[in-house]
Order: sequence, then structure tokens, then C-alpha cells
Amino acid sequence: MKDAITVRNLKKEFKAYSSRSGLKGAFRDLLTRNYKIVPAVNNISFQVKQGEMVGYIGENGAGKSTTIKMLTGILTPTSGEVIVNGMNPHKDREKFVSTIGVVFGQRSQLWWDIAVQESFRLLKKVYKVSDEQYDSHMAHVIRTLDIEPLLDKPVRKLSLGQRMRCELAAALIHNPPLLFLDEPTIGLDVLVKLKIREFLKEINEKYNTTILLTTHDLSDIEALCERVVMLDEGKIIYDGALKSLKEKWGEGKEIEFKFLEEVTLNDLNRITASSEVKWEKDEKEAIFTAFAEDNDELISLLIAKVVADLKVKDINIKETSTEEIIRNIYDRGIS
Amino acid sequence: MDKYIEMIRIRFLMMLAYRTNYYTGILIYSINIGAYYFLWSAIYGEKDAIEGMSVIQMSTYVAVAWMARAFYFNNIDREMAAEIKEGKVAVELIRPYNYLGMKTMQGLGEGIFRLFFFSVPGMFIVSFIFPLQFSADWTTWIFFAISIVLSFFINTQINLLTGITTFFLFNNTGLIRAKRVVIDLFSGLLIPISFFPVWAQDVLKFLPFQGISYVPSMIFTKSFSDNEAIQAIIMQGIWVLLLIIPIQVLWVIAKKQLIIQGG
Repeated sequence: MKDAITVRNLKKEFKAYSSRSGLKGAFRDLLTRNYKIVPAVNNISFQVKQGEMVGYIGENGAGKSTTIKMLTGILTPTSGEVIVNGMNPHKDREKFVSTIGVVFGQRSQLWWDIAVQESFRLLKKVYKVSDEQYDSHMAHVIRTLDIEPLLDKPVRKLSLGQRMRCELAAALIHNPPLLFLDEPTIGLDVLVKLKIREFLKEINEKYNTTILLTTHDLSDIEALCERVVMLDEGKIIYDGALKSLKEKWGEGKEIEFKFLEEVTLNDLNRITASSEVKWEKDEKEAIFTAFAEDNDELISLLIAKVVADLKVKDINIKETSTEEIIRNIYDRGIS
Repeated sequence: MDKYIEMIRIRFLMMLAYRTNYYTGILIYSINIGAYYFLWSAIYGEKDAIEGMSVIQMSTYVAVAWMARAFYFNNIDREMAAEIKEGKVAVELIRPYNYLGMKTMQGLGEGIFRLFFFSVPGMFIVSFIFPLQFSADWTTWIFFAISIVLSFFINTQINLLTGITTFFLFNNTGLIRAKRVVIDLFSGLLIPISFFPVWAQDVLKFLPFQGISYVPSMIFTKSFSDNEAIQAIIMQGIWVLLLIIPIQVLWVIAKKQLIIQGG
């Protein structure tokens, strides 16, 4: 299968100007200015196959948006090679951009003052979509995203969730084989998020659309992507399956107990003395949490021991969430 | 081409979305024409003609200059500055069209809207209040039509140039304001160029500004002979072609060093 995106040793440097302090410094700044060259994206390489859904994650300022802007041909890379849909995004830009769709969660691409359908009509002309194509494809999109009643309203009167669904539809007017989503679910409520996720899955299955998604909401990634690429300070620190990220970085399981009787930490430590378990107590809610290695036998043994000695009101087994894993990686870095 | 025509239509819709702007515009232009009319009548006093222009020619000049301004004037430089400052230009660059071309079309949409819903009715009303002189000669009208289209292009090109400088300066509000004053003065909107001192006229001959307002207004008031009119129109055409060069050069450099503001 052919690659939708190939990136080799991609690098983007920005000049970061700094001001000197004081009045004297301000005058000196008029003549010469101090600057440092800061790499926003530093030597990254990866490939994305046609039809893949890839999550592109990283802290704020890790270089995600910069990468997306280079992949979409907005920014020129300092060095390195980018081939998207078989083309160099910076060379024939007009031909290239008609093969991609982009949604920037924080920027609208619809015209603020006019009705949504007028924006659609203009985009249809811009992307040279024929009437038949538009009718068959967009009728479906409009139905799935449930935006029919919004079409005759000006964009400024839409709520964020309504606008976002229209943005998504606008990015798909020309049914592009590759879709870039830069934080598409930012600030949306659960229902809209779910609708958008389902919709993305559907077009991925139906048209084999490649989707590259950046987000801070990891539940988006868990719901959609099998593969994640993680970026930190402009470098790729992880590229692989979401599942193995969990296996590799997940740190055991947590088992929460609520008891019917008064229990102290000492009691629990005594009961489970033979296995390697750490207990913690949440004073307020009287919840006791056992931290144990992710090992099914160990955990069932632990529960058996506790239940045999004490009257239990509630048990809850929790896996380390992706969010926690990612947080740990951000905090400590991968080493 | 379809998409550019569609853009003109969209701009029409946007102008209609803000009706208040439209009404206040009519008011402001009427006040301006009135003020200049009374100013010039006072200056003329008893005299029949100054610099070869009669009072009636002068009031026609003022009225036409302002009504033409409604057509060629646009704020695309300010819009570009805002789009660049807010980072919206990123969205423009992911669309398969020429950004500058699209901006020009937006300006044209705005211009056509104002020509039909503003200049023409405005001129009709003004002609009742002030003594104006309309030419019955159809060649004058044709020359005027060609000339006003060219003045739209010259003005828009200067706006594009000012707009592109935002990429380098990040904040060019001052420059945009200065440009506006320079155009109003040097284009002959406020005072016909023939009223300038001779040395200034010689300098202005080498600048594109008089192609914006002076030329179409002089043609309309029949202050130019047919020969002069044709020469002036050719000059305008040359400026339209010449101005393409700096725009393209700056645009290429701007795209290379583009930084998208705000993530």
C-alpha cells in the first residue's frame, strides 16, 4: 500500500528574538536585536500509510502544529523532505491542497457573516466539485453530522459544537484522501465529540481516508487511533501502537476497596503481608487503594485475601489510564 | 475562474449583511461632497475659471472623484493585516486558490456592490442638489469606464503591497493609515493635480497615484482632450503591469519566511 505521508529528517527552526532590559537596552534593540535559533521541529522522520488513523500527541509547544503546517504546505521547512500524497507540499501548492482537507479547531474556515450553505457553495466552486459528486457525498455528510437545520444560519450565530460540525463538513466537501485535524474536539461537549468520532470512523472505513489527528483529549485518540506518534521538544519520542504504549508504560493496577467495618492500614498490610502490595488510604471517603503489579494471578490472590478477612462494600479495579501514562512520560521524559 | 466569480458574489452577500455600514457610507460621502463643493465655490468666488477649470467642472470633478472612490476604495490591506496578525492566513493558504487574486476579487465584489447601490444612486441625488455637468459624448463614458477599472486595479495593487508588508512588520497600522492619506492627497481626490505646483506635478507624473482618482475624474469632466485621455489610460495600464512585479517579489519572500501567529 502506498504511503500517504513520508517525512524524512524534517526540521524547522525559528528565530526567537529577545529584548534587552532597560531603556538603554531598548535603544540598542533598535539597531541590533538578540536572537536565538530555536528548533520547533528537530529532525523527525515517520511514514503514514493510506487509510491509517494516526494520533499525533505532545505537550503544548512540542511542535505538533508546526509539523501539521509543514505537511499542509503552509510553512516551508528549514531542511528535510516532506512528501504528502506523492507531492511536495511547497512546490505545486494549489494542486496539492486540493488533495487534502484540514480542520483547525481554533480557527474557522467558514465565512463568519454569511450562511453556512453559502460557504459550502463557494468551497464547492473552489475545489471544483461537480454537482453530482456534491449531492451524493455531501448529502450523506450533512445527514450524518446532523447539520441540515444549520445550513441557512450565519456562522456567527452557531454554537461552538454546531460550528465544529460544519467545519468538518466544509473540510470534506472535496472528499479528500487525507485529512488533517488539529485539535478538532477542543471545547466540545461529550455528545458532539462522540458524533464527530463516529463520523470520522465512518469516513475512514467508507473512503479509506487517512487521518492525522492532534489533540490533547486522549479519549479521542483511544477511540480512533491504533497508532500514536508522540512528540517532545521537537523530537519523536514514541511511534507505535497505542496498545504497546500502555503495556510498556502502564504501571500496574489500582484496586480500590470500601469496607463495611472500621479498618486501618495496619490491618490491611498484615493481611496482604505475603504479596508485594502498597496500600494507601483516602481519609475523606474511607477508600483504601492497593497498588499492585499488573499480574492477573497476583491481583485475584490479593482480592481473595482481603475478602476472606474483611467485609467489603465495594471493589473497583482500575488500569492506569492512557492519560496517566502520557502524563508520566511528559513529566519524566522517556529514558 | 468560477471560484473567483463566486467570491464576488460572497462579498456581495457580506456587504448586505452589514447594512448600517452602507447607510453611514452614503451619509459620509454626501457630507464630503457638500463640504468640498462649498469650499470650492468660496475659492472661485467671482472668478470664471482657475487653471482652466470652470466652477461647474470643478463641482462635477469633486462629485465624480468621490463617487469613483466608492468603487475603487477597499480595505483589503486592513483585512490582510488582520488575517496575518490573527493567523487566519493559514486557512487561506490551505485552499487551492491564489490568495492575492482572491483578495482582489473580494475588493472587486465590494466595488461593484458600491458602484450600483451607492455611486449611481448617489450621483443621481447629488445632481439635483449641485449643478453638475454630464457629458453627452459616449466616448467620454467609455474612456471613463476603462479608466475607473484601471484605477481600481492600481489602488488594489497598492493595498496588496501594504497588506503584504504585515508579514515583515507584524504591525503596520501606521503604514496603512499613512498610505490612505497619501493616496487621498496625491491621487487628486482632494485637489486636482493641475492645482499642484509645477515641480510637484513633475514628481507625481512618475508615481502611480494620479492614475487612481485624477485621471478618471478629469476624463469625466472633459478636462482632458481625447488624446490626453488615451495617453493617461495607457499610463494607467503601464502602472497596473509594473506594480505586479513588486507584489510578486514580496509575496514570494513573505511566503518563505511566514510565521503563523498564535499556534
